[in-house]
Amino acid sequence: MDILRFITAGSVDDGKSTLIGRLLYDSKSIMIDQLEAIEKQSKNKEDGEIDLALLTDGLRAEREQGITIDVAYKYFSTPKRKFIIADAPGHTQYTRNMVTGASNSDLAIILVDARNGVVEQTRRHSIIASLLNIPHVVVAINKMDLVNNSEDIYNNIVIDYAAVATSLGLKDIKYIPISAINGDNIVEKSPVFHWYQGESLLHILENVEVANDINYTDARFPVQYVIRPQTEALHDYRGYAGKVVSGIYKVGDKITVQPAGVESTISAIEIGGKQVTEAFAPQSVVLHLSDDIDISRGDIIVQKDNQPSVENELDVLLCWMGNKPLIAGNKYLLQINSRVTRAVVKEIEYKLDVNSLLKELAPEQAGLNDIVKVKIKTATPIPFDSYKKLRVNGGAILIDETSNVTVGACMIQ
Amino acid sequence: MSQHRLDYLDQLESESIHIFREVAGQFERPALMFSGGKDSIVLVHLALKAFRPGKFPFPLLHIDTGHNFQEALDFRDTLANTIGEKLIVRNVADTIKEKNLTEQKGKFASRNALQTYTLLDTIEEFKFDACIGGARRDEEKARAKERIFSVRDEFGQWDPKLQRPELWNTYNGRIHKGENVRVFPISNWTELDIWNYIKRNEIELPSIYFAHDREVLEWQGQLVATSAFIQVDDTDKVAVKKVRYRTVGDMTCTAAVESTAANIDDIIKEIIATKTSERGETRIDDRVSEAAMEDRKKNGYF
Repeated sequence: MDILRFITAGSVDDGKSTLIGRLLYDSKSIMIDQLEAIEKQSKNKEDGEIDLALLTDGLRAEREQGITIDVAYKYFSTPKRKFIIADAPGHTQYTRNMVTGASNSDLAIILVDARNGVVEQTRRHSIIASLLNIPHVVVAINKMDLVNNSEDIYNNIVIDYAAVATSLGLKDIKYIPISAINGDNIVEKSPVFHWYQGESLLHILENVEVANDINYTDARFPVQYVIRPQTEALHDYRGYAGKVVSGIYKVGDKITVQPAGVESTISAIEIGGKQVTEAFAPQSVVLHLSDDIDISRGDIIVQKDNQPSVENELDVLLCWMGNKPLIAGNKYLLQINSRVTRAVVKEIEYKLDVNSLLKELAPEQAGLNDIVKVKIKTATPIPFDSYKKLRVNGGAILIDETSNVTVGACMIQ
Repeated sequence: MSQHRLDYLDQLESESIHIFREVAGQFERPALMFSGGKDSIVLVHLALKAFRPGKFPFPLLHIDTGHNFQEALDFRDTLANTIGEKLIVRNVADTIKEKNLTEQKGKFASRNALQTYTLLDTIEEFKFDACIGGARRDEEKARAKERIFSVRDEFGQWDPKLQRPELWNTYNGRIHKGENVRVFPISNWTELDIWNYIKRNEIELPSIYFAHDREVLEWQGQLVATSAFIQVDDTDKVAVKKVRYRTVGDMTCTAAVESTAANIDDIIKEIIATKTSERGETRIDDRVSEAAMEDRKKNGYF
């Protein structure tokens, strides 16, 4: 049994909350008391049917306003898998929230309303899925019941979407006709889509191969903390605690510590206090080196024959998340894994229209939810990989030093 | 590469250890909230995996309402002793006396709301900048929306509309003086994950988690243990039943479930079969209103 993290992209009108409610309900992840609570609320509404969408509306403020404020996380499991859903809202702050939810997702479900087909919003969600490099996409064509479960309508939407997917370079796309409100094709294959050859949505989610998405080639180990007991018995113990974010490390491997470029050899590896001979992503471990060298939090231990870039000038695709605009020349803190360094956004090259992919060259500033290409200079060289190649060592955040707020998501090119 | 696959519990464990080490790396004065309940016991075990053979870079902290189960308190002290880590206990009763606070009245008069005062005073006393807690997102709707690093203002308040975006596995723990961060390393675990982890790692728990005979009164379909902290009326139906606890909070607001499950395997079977959520079955405090947890969190509660 492993874990699949996925994000659902779509607005309230696409039936996103109903879909999540349906997945939870039909996989028996909703308990009686939770159902009673939403039944009670549903009665306050007009139609009297249980409103599955209420399962995902967390806060009172949201229920009152009928909106979602923030990313909510939902959990369910089947005997095959544990699922973590990042449920991101569909209104104006969507880009920021979807980027947040997408950053940890293995898969995106992109909801399309069968009555409307591929619309501007579908493109926007797909562009974000592609920018964040989500490995798998499921296009769920919903509300099929409202178009008489028409195969023709479904096929036309698939053709339209395939064009979008090609232009964005999205890989591994699956299509499925569903009716979230009726539960058709959600857990079981529904006979109303007798013309559909594929599997049910849950079957797809249970079987999509995610273990292969982990990179076992480019080993990266950001040091989080140095364990030094300094007791009599463990006087010389010095262990580097961190998570193998990618790749494999073995005792005896020749390594380099970046950004200093110092070399050494792995002398021991511990997991939960036990000695092992190798560690792989995404294990949290303690590494020991054969040389007594100066290593601290923020350094990264890599294989000697497989190096990241170490530079202080970065090309970055940036999703701006701050309420105050980004202005070229402003200084921030850049955090990549455990490393924090001062940084200046030197130049905004262009702003990307997330609906059309058109570029507006050299804008003066960028606002909340804008995606811009920028040049960033850091105070010291940082070790990184391109986000496209290695998500776990190519994503960074920008922090406003005066408010301490996270204001930007950087995908280093 | 099949030999390089982690199953879901290993993945969850690694994520939690990573979060623990981020706390150690980012904060000057963290604390680990430890009550002797199963979730905080799992936290301690994760911290052992994150930091041994070193000492914890934080003390254990318990805000004792005075209404706790003695079995959980004894377990708390024994575990802290066994692992040789410092335990700080602060009592809500002292805060009530010092600050002249008014206690709730009634049948199940609870100190649930008052413990926030003691927590905030303790944070100030020790200048804690991060408090690690065992809350999980599957527990409650408001918790489902909270970040793993949740920034609170100097009054401990949570503002759901002003949360920092939390991307990849990068946690931003920078705060201004007076603010603090609540950190939830097991955010992504479910109740069943916790029990399966306890089983796999043979983690010991207080005896009240297993079926035992206890005198309880029935109140609105829930079984509440009789104790000096609740008011038993003549009309109450009191009986000795075989029960276990699914969660361990205050005796005034935690209900028991009827059960014969005497070991972890039986408990896991019962939890898989249950049709009621953990908090719905056992927490009287969440039933007050639809937004009870949301309101408490906004006021500085965990």
